[in-house]
Amino acid sequence: MLTITSIRNGIVIDHIHAGLGIRIFYELGLDKAEYTVALIMNAASTRMGRKDMIKIENNVDFDVTMLALIDPSVTINVIENEHITRKVKPELPERVEDVIKCKNPRCVTSIEKYVPHIFTLVNRELGQYRCQYCDEVYTVGKD
Amino acid sequence: MLKGRHLLDPTDFSPGELEEIFDFADQIIQSPAQFNHLCDSNLLATLFYEPSTRTRFSFEAAMLRLGGNVVGFSEPGSSSVAKGESIADTIRTVACYADIIVMRHPKEGAPRIASQYSLVPIINAGDGGHLHPTQTLTDLLTIRSVRKTLSGLTIGCCGDLKFGRTVHSLIKAASRYAGNRFVLVSPKELRVPDYVTADLTARGVVYQEVERLDEVIGGLDILYMTRVQKERFFNEDDYVRLKDVYILDAAKMRLAREDMIVMHPLPRVGEIAYEVDDDPRAYYFKQAKIGMYVRMALIAKLLGVS
Repeated sequence: MLTITSIRNGIVIDHIHAGLGIRIFYELGLDKAEYTVALIMNAASTRMGRKDMIKIENNVDFDVTMLALIDPSVTINVIENEHITRKVKPELPERVEDVIKCKNPRCVTSIEKYVPHIFTLVNRELGQYRCQYCDEVYTVGKD
Repeated sequence: MLKGRHLLDPTDFSPGELEEIFDFADQIIQSPAQFNHLCDSNLLATLFYEPSTRTRFSFEAAMLRLGGNVVGFSEPGSSSVAKGESIADTIRTVACYADIIVMRHPKEGAPRIASQYSLVPIINAGDGGHLHPTQTLTDLLTIRSVRKTLSGLTIGCCGDLKFGRTVHSLIKAASRYAGNRFVLVSPKELRVPDYVTADLTARGVVYQEVERLDEVIGGLDILYMTRVQKERFFNEDDYVRLKDVYILDAAKMRLAREDMIVMHPLPRVGEIAYEVDDDPRAYYFKQAKIGMYVRMALIAKLLGVS
């Protein structure tokens, strides 16, 4: 079994659906990090079967909203002196601006570049957002 | 209060506000000459970024019959748009000259951007495959005048339901009336977008998606036919394969109820056989005339001159 040592101070992003870890890794810019980062893929999980995890040996600030939009199931554990001092479950925001890009080629945002991409939450349970301009549906974790 | 409002989406106005427009349209239909000078000093701008005959003519005829004037372009090549001007800048300029703006655009959501930069009312005259709210006003008033109600109806929509903006608008608006149910008839490739069915499901509206018109036509109060629009397809092969799949002819009409009505936003390109035109249940040309009157009512209400 692969062993990755625990971290002393930093953040562990846990309960990432298997396959989405690498996307979060790049979205957070961790490929350019100068501190220790571990991306663990397909780890065994009693709750999820398989899961991804990211361990970051540094107290970084990042956009929790963006994390929720990629995978709302994640848990963010804040580690201090090798102990979890705080757990954060990201909430899906009601409205996001320039976080999700509309993928509908017929949407006006594809040609009017000054217009912000605005999505509003229409179904929290299904993680569905809708483009303010063309009604294109974006489903968290699938799109 | 409708004065100064935009119409971008068929649900921008409440059912009560729509009744106000329909009641006024009925007054105009009863006595059109009485309203010949209602908009004497007003100017309508028609910004058509893609070709249209009947919608543009309908708006222009509506404004002229109200005594107003019309300026605009019927294709973007003859305007500053060809030089690369943004929608925002075009609208900010045109709103300095006109009292009300009608906009058709191939990109979905373009009229919403226009509304964000306009000091005068914007009317969406069709945005890509998305919505066409003034066609919906036409459709609802047609249904109301024939059936005397907008509730408790079984509405069949047939043809290109994926790119057919008139269908998306009609379903969105008609599903707000109690007891309406929808029968969506199309090939799998041309089913309504997910956001339309998601809306119906979320609000508990009954609908079914089927592939054969002849199997369901007997249960319909309204049959709303649409054409398969070539300009909405990315490739010619798909268009040729699907364009003639659902044709309404006399044989299918024999399966329909005596009080069913056939509607169509027009133009048709073969999906309703000419033999159906003489059937008393064919309402599509009457529907076109109602469209002009309802646009007269809409313009007057948004200008606050009714």
